[in-house]
Amino acid sequence: MAVYSRKRRIENGVFLALSFGAAALGLVALVFILAALLWNGVAGLKPSVFTQMTPPPGSAGGLLNAIYGSVVMTVLGLAIGAPVGLLAGTYMAEHGRYAKLTVVVRFLNDILLSAPSIIIGLFVYEVVVTRLGHFSGYAGALALAMLVIPVVARTTEDMLLLVPNTLREAASAMGLPRSHVVWKVAYAAARPGIVTGLLLAFARISGETAPLLFTALNNQFWTTDISGPTASLPTVIFQFALSPYKDWQQLAWTGALIITATVLLLSIAARSLGSTRTAK
Amino acid sequence: MAQHTVTSYDQELESLGRKIAEMGGIAEKMLSDAMDALSGLDVDLAQSVVISDGRLDLLQRDVEAASIMTIARRQPMAVDLREIVAAIRVSGDLERVGDLAKNIAKRAILIAGEQRVPRAVIGLRHMNELAANQLKDVLDAYAERDVERAQAVWTRDAELDALENSIFRDLLTHMMEDPRNISFCTHLLFCSKNIERVGDHTTNIAETVFYLVTGGTMPLDRPKARPGASLAAPVEAQDEP
Amino acid sequence: MTHDAEPVTTAAPPRPAADQDRANKIAVRDLKFFYGDTLALKGVSLNLEANKVTAFIGPSGCGKSTLLRVLNRMYDLYPRQRAEGQVLLDGENILDPKTDLNLLRARIGMVFQKPTPFPMSIYDNIAFGIKLYEKVSKSELDGRVETALKGSALWPEVKDKLGASGLSLSGGQQQRLCIARTVALKPDVILLDEPCSALDPISTARVEELIDELKGQYTIAIVTHNMQQAARCSDYTAFMYLGELVEFADTHHIFTSPTQKQTQQYITGRFG
Repeated sequence: MAVYSRKRRIENGVFLALSFGAAALGLVALVFILAALLWNGVAGLKPSVFTQMTPPPGSAGGLLNAIYGSVVMTVLGLAIGAPVGLLAGTYMAEHGRYAKLTVVVRFLNDILLSAPSIIIGLFVYEVVVTRLGHFSGYAGALALAMLVIPVVARTTEDMLLLVPNTLREAASAMGLPRSHVVWKVAYAAARPGIVTGLLLAFARISGETAPLLFTALNNQFWTTDISGPTASLPTVIFQFALSPYKDWQQLAWTGALIITATVLLLSIAARSLGSTRTAK
Repeated sequence: MAQHTVTSYDQELESLGRKIAEMGGIAEKMLSDAMDALSGLDVDLAQSVVISDGRLDLLQRDVEAASIMTIARRQPMAVDLREIVAAIRVSGDLERVGDLAKNIAKRAILIAGEQRVPRAVIGLRHMNELAANQLKDVLDAYAERDVERAQAVWTRDAELDALENSIFRDLLTHMMEDPRNISFCTHLLFCSKNIERVGDHTTNIAETVFYLVTGGTMPLDRPKARPGASLAAPVEAQDEP
Repeated sequence: MTHDAEPVTTAAPPRPAADQDRANKIAVRDLKFFYGDTLALKGVSLNLEANKVTAFIGPSGCGKSTLLRVLNRMYDLYPRQRAEGQVLLDGENILDPKTDLNLLRARIGMVFQKPTPFPMSIYDNIAFGIKLYEKVSKSELDGRVETALKGSALWPEVKDKLGASGLSLSGGQQQRLCIARTVALKPDVILLDEPCSALDPISTARVEELIDELKGQYTIAIVTHNMQQAARCSDYTAFMYLGELVEFADTHHIFTSPTQKQTQQYITGRFG
């Protein structure tokens, strides 16, 4: 008995140390990244970043066109992708729960979910950019939308599947038509989770670079028209960070800080929305 | 019948059954002892009957308390419910039988002073034997859950009623013959009444057995020599059905 | 014990009465139910009398809940479940594929084992269903909600917080809210599937009191694992075992002197 419990204690200690080490490793890396971001990013954080265009090397400037492009393409991407994802997720969880099609769709959706985003960019490049003959913000938004769809479809399905069947039965037992059961009752119950999913999708695409490189490319000048090449924060960061110019590198740091801060804020928002659900 | 899933439930019911059996034994003995005391003018025996009634009363309270506890604890259903109701009823009847036997014993003590055994005691003895047999039969029927036997007891009670009537006439004759007999004959009259009541409790138990086994009730009108015949009935009315 | 080969009284619907058909709200005839290839109800026939409470008892998996879910065709929500035979509601076979399920379910309300308030306000939980079926003014709707809440004895507890979420109520209150919600639709029949199994004794007593009051206007079927509850609340009791109706009779008969050996063993706790 004593030997047994001593063995257990040693095992416990070893695994506890391993888990603790792994967690610490991850946290330390994260802290270093954030610290570097803050250290280097804050230095360049001044109003001109938000008011001026990306400069040529050697001159002063800001990130306004990139921020604008990013916001427009991200919002547009979400606007296109979210409804498709919502409807697909709703179909899988509610109307087609027992259909063969659902199994197929879920499988394909999972592949899409884990597909490297550069593949999506290449796909849109082939389908849209080469056909139209030029890069455009629309193509970028489309690529982002294709990243949104699987995320939203998956979370919507998961959240609706979490709604207890008894609630659907109760609603059906009152003679509510299927559409009411789904849109009024099941959605009401799953809403916080679905909103969280949308925010997470938004956060994910706001940092995507690869698909935009093939679709929206970049634009050094201010334009509100996104039918042509459009700047975005990730691509600007990519370009500036790799450049040999000090002021471009500084702007890249600042841009990275802005994206990180935005994603962080959205994640916190998503978390707090999710927690109000469990608190209820 | 299969055992209960909860073993202690079975034990509670078994213990109830054992207590009823003990009560039955005591009541039977009290009844026959009381009669022996009466016919033998045996004051000591009569005293012992009076004393043993205390044990019977105690057992009856025991059965009642245990039954109530079982109802509260187990919420018995169907046959179990009937078993407990039957236990309460039978123990009540047996306790009354004990009281009646005690009453006979007390009268035996009173009569003993007169120092003579009346002839009518022979009839009374006979009646008492019948009642004791009935009681024994019905207790067996209860122990074996034997409806037919219980029904037989129930039907036979009419004999006891008829016997009581004949004893009534007999004692009446004695009293008219010699007014000095009136005192102890009245005692004997009450004794015969007591024995007749024992018969009534016996039929009650028979009815309980019927309920216990079938869940139904026996017909309301028990065969009787005649309604109200026991004491006040005019002698001539005896021949009517 | 094992399943004895006892004769079961499934053949003729029991409870003979002179005006049987008029009094019967629901008549189940030789009902068979399948989960895929599994036969869950093996030809059940019985009647639910109008304005009476009929209780269904039996061990888990005996088919009593299944039977209830056939009565409002709840099984239609799931694939590979089907029923054969007849279920006559006021003489009409509700198993007919042409039956309007939403209308049927509005006529046959159901309350479930777990309280299932909708994730919306107390008021909306009740108003929701009414608005769907009837065109009513706001003031009339308010009245209907109040009546329903009073009917389920919940009004004094919630009248000052009708806007609060239905999920904020206690379990017992939630269950009474669900009953109120069902009653508000003015159904003919109310099916209760173990309505008190998740409630404390006080809440249970309130629900039972409610059942007593409701039976004046509705035909009620209740599935329960609590034998005393069946004995307290119901007029008739059906004992089911392994998909068969073993015994169906007056409640007092079932609980004092059941005819079938299996019924006896089940209700006295001598089963299995």
